[in-house]
Amino acid sequence: MNLLFKDKKITGILTVLPAHENRFDDEVGQYNFSAAKSLKLKLTMGYNKRRVVEGETCVSDLCIHGLNYLLETGKLQKEEIDALILVTQSADYIMPPTSNIIQGKLGLKRDMICMDINQGCAGYIIGLIQCFQLLEQEAIHKVVLLNADVLSRKVSKQDRNSNPLIGDGATITIVEKSKTPTVIFGNIKMDGAGGEALIIPAGGFRTPSTADTAKMEEDAAGNFRSKDNLVMRGDEVFNFVQTEVPPMIADLMQYAGTTTADTDYFMFHQPNKFMLQKLADKMEVPREKVPSNVVENFGNASGASVPTAICFNLGKELVSSQYKICLAGFGAGLTWGSLLLDIGPLSFCEMIDFPTTDDKTDTNEK
Amino acid sequence: MDTILEILNNVRPDADFAGSNNFIDDGFLDSFDVVALVTELDEKFGISIDGLDIVPENFQNIESIKSLLAKKGVAL
Repeated sequence: MNLLFKDKKITGILTVLPAHENRFDDEVGQYNFSAAKSLKLKLTMGYNKRRVVEGETCVSDLCIHGLNYLLETGKLQKEEIDALILVTQSADYIMPPTSNIIQGKLGLKRDMICMDINQGCAGYIIGLIQCFQLLEQEAIHKVVLLNADVLSRKVSKQDRNSNPLIGDGATITIVEKSKTPTVIFGNIKMDGAGGEALIIPAGGFRTPSTADTAKMEEDAAGNFRSKDNLVMRGDEVFNFVQTEVPPMIADLMQYAGTTTADTDYFMFHQPNKFMLQKLADKMEVPREKVPSNVVENFGNASGASVPTAICFNLGKELVSSQYKICLAGFGAGLTWGSLLLDIGPLSFCEMIDFPTTDDKTDTNEK
Repeated sequence: MDTILEILNNVRPDADFAGSNNFIDDGFLDSFDVVALVTELDEKFGISIDGLDIVPENFQNIESIKSLLAKKGVAL
C-alpha cells in the first residue's frame, strides 16, 4: 500500500557499533571453503570484517550507551523525548518490552510512549512509519527511534550462509515535526506465507528451547546449526528481493511523481554486496548511488543497516547538506517497504563504538 | 565454448566440467560458486546478468549458460 506523511523530518542519526571485530580471514576454517573460494567470496559478497557483541551484551546496552552519549553531549534532552520506539528481533526479554527497560534505566519521564516492534531487515522503514504516525498527535513532538539487534548471538558459527555476514549494532534516529512543509512518500508490503525463509525455529512459545532444540544438525549444504539458531534460506531470500524490490521502487517513484535519476541516493538494507549491486543494475541506477559497503566493514545488523549506511557514507555531508534519499528495507516476515524523503541538514550524523570488555576493564581500573 | 569452460575452471579448478552435463546435480556448483561465476561472466562480457536469472536451471551445463548469455546479447 502507498503511504503519505506530511510535515515530519529526521533531525539526527547516531550509529552505535560494538568495538569488537571478527575477521573473515580468521574464521574461514569454520566453513570448509577453499582458499580460492574465500577470496572470491570476499570480493563478491563483501565477506571481510564485522562488528559483533561480546558475551551477553544486549540491545538495551547498545541503545543506552548511544542515548547516554547524546544526552551527555547535549544533542538530546531527556524531557524532549515523547516516544521511544525500539525495532528489534533480539529483545532483552520476552517480557517486559525492552523499550520500557531503556526508559527506566535512563530515568526518562513517565508521560511518554514506549513500544517494541518485532521486525528485521525492513525495521527502519517500519520504525519510521510508526514515528510519523505518532507525530500526528498534538502531544508528541519528538520521537526517538531505536533499531538494534544482537543476532550474532543466534547464528551458528558453522553456518556459512549467515555467520560471515551477520553483524550487531544499534542506531538512534530522532524524528520530529517539521515547521516547514515536507512530504514523505512510502509503500509497504508483507507476505507472511514466506515467513520461514528467515526464522529462528525455537525459543518462542511454539517451540520452546530445550536440550533437543540445541542439538547441532547438518543441512544439505554442509552447514551446522540447531533449532535455536537463525536460519536464512539464502536462495529464497535472494529471489524474493530481486523479484519484489525493483518494482516496489518503480511504484514509489511513480507515486511520488519523480524518477530514480532525480533521487540522490538509495540507502537500502545491506544484506550483501552482490545482492545490492544486482538490485542497482536491475533498477538501472549507477552502483555508486546504491552504497553496498556496510557488510564488508561492519556486517549486516538487520534493521540498523540502513541508518548505518547513511552515517557511514553521508555522515559528514548530511550535517550541512540536504539530499533526496530513497530508503528501502526487505527481509524477515516477509516484509518489504520503502520511503522517499529529503534528509538534512541534520543536527548530527555520526558513528560511535560500544567499548569492548577490555576497554571497560581498563576504564574501571583507572 | 572454451571461454565459458575457462571461466568455470577458474571458479572451481577441482571440478570436471568438460565431463559433466549437470553441474548442479554433480555437485560442481553450489550457490556460492554460482555467485562467483555470475561475477566473472559479468566482468568478462561487460554485462549484468539479471538477478531473476540467477537460478540453478541456468547454470546446469555449458548450453544453458550459453543461452543465458545470449539473452544478454552475448553470442559465442
